[in-house]
Amino acid sequence: MNRWRFALRLFRRDWRHPELRLLGLALVVAVAAVTAVGFFTDRVDRAMALQASQVLAADLQLSSHDPIPPRYTDEARRLGLQTTRTLRFPSVLVNGDRTLLVEVKAVGPDYPLRGELRVRKSPGSAGQPVQHGPEPGRLWAQARVFDSLGLRPGATLELGRSRFTVSRVLSRDSTEAANLFRIGPGVLMALADLPATGLVTPASRVDHRLLVAGDRAAVNRYLEWARRDLPAGLSLVHTSNARPQLRRALDRGGRFLALASLMAVLVAAAAIALSGHRFLERQADATAILRCLGASRGLILQTLVLRLLLLGLMAALAGSLLGWLAQFLLAGMLADWFGAPLPAAGPAPLLLGLGTALISLLGFALPPMLRLGAVPPLRVLRRDLAPPPLSSWLTGLTALLAIALLMLWQAGEPKLAGLVIGGTLVTLGVLLAGGRLLVWLLTPLRRHGHGIWRYGLAGLARNPAMTSLQLAGFGLGILALLLLAVVRLDLLDAWDRSIPERAPNQFLINIQPDQVQALQSFLAAEGLPDAGFHPMLRARLTGIGDRRVRIDDYSDDRARRLVARDFNLSYGMELAPDNTIVAGRWWQPGQEDEPLFSVEQELARTLGIRRGDRLRFRIAGRELEGRVASLRRVQWDSFRPNFFVIGTPGLLQGYPTTYITSFHLPPGREPVLSRLVGRFPAVTVIDVSALMTQVREIITRGAQAVEYVFAFTLVAGLLVLAAGIQASREHRRQESAILRTLGLRRRALLQAVGIEFFTLGLLAGLLASLCAGATGWLIARELFGLDYPFNPGLWLVGLGASALGIGLAGLAATWPLVVHPPLQTLREG
Amino acid sequence: METHSTPAAPLLRAENLGKRVQGPEGPLVILQGVTMELRHGEAVAILGASGSGKSTLLGLLAGLDSPSTGETWLFGTALGGLDEDGRAALRAGRVGFVFQSFQLLTSMTALENVMLPLELAGVADPRKAAEATLAEIGLGQRLHHYPAQLSGGEQQRVAIARAFAPRPALLFADEPTGSLDQATGRRISELLFRMRESSGATLLLVTHDPGLAAACDRRLQLDQGRLVPPS
Repeated sequence: MNRWRFALRLFRRDWRHPELRLLGLALVVAVAAVTAVGFFTDRVDRAMALQASQVLAADLQLSSHDPIPPRYTDEARRLGLQTTRTLRFPSVLVNGDRTLLVEVKAVGPDYPLRGELRVRKSPGSAGQPVQHGPEPGRLWAQARVFDSLGLRPGATLELGRSRFTVSRVLSRDSTEAANLFRIGPGVLMALADLPATGLVTPASRVDHRLLVAGDRAAVNRYLEWARRDLPAGLSLVHTSNARPQLRRALDRGGRFLALASLMAVLVAAAAIALSGHRFLERQADATAILRCLGASRGLILQTLVLRLLLLGLMAALAGSLLGWLAQFLLAGMLADWFGAPLPAAGPAPLLLGLGTALISLLGFALPPMLRLGAVPPLRVLRRDLAPPPLSSWLTGLTALLAIALLMLWQAGEPKLAGLVIGGTLVTLGVLLAGGRLLVWLLTPLRRHGHGIWRYGLAGLARNPAMTSLQLAGFGLGILALLLLAVVRLDLLDAWDRSIPERAPNQFLINIQPDQVQALQSFLAAEGLPDAGFHPMLRARLTGIGDRRVRIDDYSDDRARRLVARDFNLSYGMELAPDNTIVAGRWWQPGQEDEPLFSVEQELARTLGIRRGDRLRFRIAGRELEGRVASLRRVQWDSFRPNFFVIGTPGLLQGYPTTYITSFHLPPGREPVLSRLVGRFPAVTVIDVSALMTQVREIITRGAQAVEYVFAFTLVAGLLVLAAGIQASREHRRQESAILRTLGLRRRALLQAVGIEFFTLGLLAGLLASLCAGATGWLIARELFGLDYPFNPGLWLVGLGASALGIGLAGLAATWPLVVHPPLQTLREG
Repeated sequence: METHSTPAAPLLRAENLGKRVQGPEGPLVILQGVTMELRHGEAVAILGASGSGKSTLLGLLAGLDSPSTGETWLFGTALGGLDEDGRAALRAGRVGFVFQSFQLLTSMTALENVMLPLELAGVADPRKAAEATLAEIGLGQRLHHYPAQLSGGEQQRVAIARAFAPRPALLFADEPTGSLDQATGRRISELLFRMRESSGATLLLVTHDPGLAAACDRRLQLDQGRLVPPS
């Protein structure tokens, strides 16, 4: 006999069976949920990477203080990539008697390759996106230039030896958001005009950049090529090693999305477990007959495995297709937010769909299936010989393995997966124990209760194992949905709150020591509290311990970039409030003169610096050495001045020092800046509003993406609930018919069913709320380092929605059974 | 272990069969000291009241269950020496069953139910053979009906077709008319014996219906788990 063909025949026949259809549907829904999330997050991930590339105005960027060798442009062209060059340098705009220090960026005609450039015809008009830089002879300047120099668009002014028309107000240049240390308002000019200005000579301090963009594979090839032999002084920046603040925002966005897709996996697992349980229970009769007719255990198992594999394959295909279609709706909605159509998804989610279907089947259906081989053929004579019990350590273990595998796959990081698995296990335990407790509590109610209450509650006590399983299934679904609500509402709120409302948006640098007092008074008089004045020294790291720091000792781009440039060191006795010591001790009074350093922990990790190491820096031609006394965690998104390396005053005082501070400038108070520049011309004002807008935008988009993922998971969760109720329809149909035959009225029957499902929903909601709250608290605290506020609304919604949802769904599912003529039901058997 | 069978040897032989189970109030003896045999081509009825152990005996004789004591030889093979798979392999294609509750698979049509044992026996064209058998019992027009769409009598006819389709050497029937009204039961009984006659199968019938038992060549009486002389 051909076992494949036999399995195929059985499968075709099984397909008419409600249980297999239910299992298939549960799988399709599960796969659809996972792949829709997968396709969606894949596209959003790619879009987020594009967001990062906006900051670079390219997919990658080479920068240097010297002209970038032509071979870098040649290679990019050879690989079919787009390139353009920019030169950035500080200069002075002259309008009659008035001058203004600005940061000039000369750009090629193709600028920007990525990102957004917007200009306005006049300061008050709406911004228009443009795909090119200014034409020769024209300048585009930020609004502050017009304000400071008293200009209107169309005015002419001098830059170097040339005269230009300032034709447009530059309202947004997405790259500028990341340009934290800009020395003045930005001005864009055409690269072709540069030679005539005479501003750039070989000795000029100019920031040369080569922007490269194009096909992802080609960019990666270029990246590999460029990395191989990167000369000192040339740095390579791409979307994955953008600025720490931005990276942090992107990383958080990614984690939220991973968590959202993890919830879809959880809901899927509940669906498979519920419907799989019913399907395999039903298979016992057919298995007994097959055994009776001479089928061996091996044949039974093989054909079942083959049928399940076939089912998995079909469900994966159907579910993936559904998921793929479903994500179009989401992508359509998101396209507006991203300002451009989302990039197409890769094929990876297809694999995720197939993997999810197979892992779910093997994890949740395989153990009971193995036990089907042990169904006694004698069952054909004695129906009381029940199929082997479902609950066993094997069932639990494989289910756990499947959950762990799926979660790890989805989360991509063990810590996140571990937390959610922990939450799931505790919930399952609590839900199963809660189910048993409910059954136990119902016993006296059943004995002493009256009428439909007794019958309704008896419905839960009738089959304690099934009640526990349903509780676990429903509870898990609700937990998943609640957990997403926790993420979407509470965690995002907490996250948003972690960026202070009045976070500093202006940085002042190049403050001379003798100006500190005056500047402090100026800001105080303007009613603008400063974030403290911090000394800042430029220093080059030359040694860690006994080894000299050389760029070639590091393969990591970030490490290479860090050692290639000057560090901004600071010193002080007070630890800033947004800094936390994670190793060692901050210095105490009396240690002012000891040669000690405190290093930011991420920098320490990147450069391989440990506590106790001796660091050597070169400052203004002199070498100094100190010991790393502590490692610090820095909350970069506080937007206060922060430093990778801080030293003791005794170690760093006496070297050429400037000061830095930051403050919050409320909207509408921009003229303060002109007054400030007028009074302190040497002080450079850095407007970080743009960077903050960028960070907030990315955070908000991440939140919106999670919200849409949540909406999809909600639909999946509702289908899972429906599948769970559908699974218990069979015995209810029979029971309803008998009860109605015995004289129970239709309305009373519906009331009893309502009581049963509302009670079930109430308990599932109570336990799920408890677990969601606890898990949310854990995730907030341990993973994101946020304060998680207790949310009573979550409990109310959890209890109410669960009782109402399961109650109504139960009533809806049992309605056809109640209206079905009882005689017909009894005849059908 | 004997592995051969000759026409002269009994098709089925049981010696000192006993079955004891653990009940809530201690051990419960269901069958005790049952010794019997079944020869090729004969039809034997086991009669007994409800709870006399008839179905248990049938289960033991068919190798669906293991005895607490004694031994059964089916087609000359001692069942005690075989595991459940071995016993299933021994039954495949050679043993048919008809049950009181029909035991049709509800998700399969009449035709598919009948094809099932043929497929298991590796018959080349199971559909053709199943169609022929269903036509033979007068259900040629009901091939694609599901059990729920058939009357009780029709369902039992499908079950008989399923039992006889692979041309078994031995047929076990457990109260085949037990769930049917008198008239339908009589028709099913006639069909069963007609099919047995045309196929030449040996029949072991368990029933509490003396009328059905009367159609058999031999009758054995079971009372409280022991074979007793027929009343």
